Amino acid sequence: MDHSVETTLILNGMRVSRWIEPRVHLTDFLREEMGLTGSRVGCEHGACGACTVRVEGKIVRGCLMLAVQANGKRVDTIEGLSDSGELAQLQQAFHERNALQCGFCTPGMLLAAQDLITQKPDAGREDIRAHLSGNYCRCTGYQAIVDAVEAVLAARRIRGRA
Amino acid sequence: MKAPSFAYAKPSTLAEVYDLLERHGDEAKLLAGGQSLIATLNLRLSSPELLIDITGLHGLSGIKAEKGVLRIGALTTHSEVEHSPVIAVHLPLLAQAVPHIAHAAIRNAGTFGGSVALADPASEYPACCLALDAQLVIAGRKGERRVAARDFFKGLYDTDLKPGEVLVAGEFKLAAGYRSSFLEIARRHGDYAIIGLAAHGKVAAGKFSDLRLAFLGAGGKPVLAKAAAAAIEDKAYGPDSVAAVQAALAGDLDPPADLYSSSATKLHLARVLTGRALAALAA
Repeated sequence: MDHSVETTLILNGMRVSRWIEPRVHLTDFLREEMGLTGSRVGCEHGACGACTVRVEGKIVRGCLMLAVQANGKRVDTIEGLSDSGELAQLQQAFHERNALQCGFCTPGMLLAAQDLITQKPDAGREDIRAHLSGNYCRCTGYQAIVDAVEAVLAARRIRGRA
Repeated sequence: MKAPSFAYAKPSTLAEVYDLLERHGDEAKLLAGGQSLIATLNLRLSSPELLIDITGLHGLSGIKAEKGVLRIGALTTHSEVEHSPVIAVHLPLLAQAVPHIAHAAIRNAGTFGGSVALADPASEYPACCLALDAQLVIAGRKGERRVAARDFFKGLYDTDLKPGEVLVAGEFKLAAGYRSSFLEIARRHGDYAIIGLAAHGKVAAGKFSDLRLAFLGAGGKPVLAKAAAAAIEDKAYGPDSVAAVQAALAGDLDPPADLYSSSATKLHLARVLTGRALAALAA
């Protein structure tokens, strides 16, 4: 039976309207309907963090939110945040330190890391580990990721003092 | 996996929620933050006909301290509790507990009311509500009623909520001279607790009184360790009094084994946490 609900959201700054089946979670909507495949479908029950997106400026699990719940909300994905340049410093640091191999977890890692950087500029390694604890990486062993985030935090602190 | 098909409604008043609940009965489920519900739908552990999204209701969100009572609206997110200056001052137990709930992205969506109403025995808020002797505010067609946390949690995912009712808030009486400590052991950060403890009690002139030790992950519902607390009533902190509390825990707790920890291990860990919590309260 068709239960579709008309849903309008601001996706990466653009207004989008679609009729969506309530059973479709936000990540599937982004990938299948909008072609934005940077948000991954991993565990689909909130454990792995690969689906992390921003809703109303806050990071959430795309797989634990129905697309229809995004009605009237601002949704930002890795695509929009890459294009805007907001993540450029983190992306550069990940690249320089090989903080990824397959790249599956990277969009979620970047969004979670950027969330910490904006909320807690004085974060240390333990804070980084705690904040990224909901994002699994099966390639790197995390050290390089924590190094990259730490480097960005340090660079911003130096720049802030200059 | 993908969720089965269901209909979706987002009412803007409680009256509409009651209508929908009456019409659909057990086939309808309330959706708040969805951090447990949508996972169970994706895993096809649940297949309701209708989800009633209550996040459009007004007045169910926010934290307010008034006339000696602190009220947390059901739709208040874990992040809002975590970063609330009011909670930090008046209910430090909750401020300590929230960082143990899953991860930042989940805390941004999950709600106080959702967690309490689900009543997962390994979750943090139910044990905190029990330790703080909270009142849970339940709304229904006939009006509001209040139920003490000790009567609200009935068993595994089982609460005093009746068909057609909605949990709208938790209320906490504020009292001077009390201290709190929340401790939890999990295999990884954000995992389900192996065992956890919400401890709250009065410490005056070096002596404990009215201590409440509520354990999570220790049974089908949060467990209040009454014999253990009684063992240190009106006594000072010291090796003997702590040992007496730890010994008495055997009479209060019979924690079920899980995949990784036997019942005996959990009881041991409960004693370890109790020792740490008493030290923190006495410090």
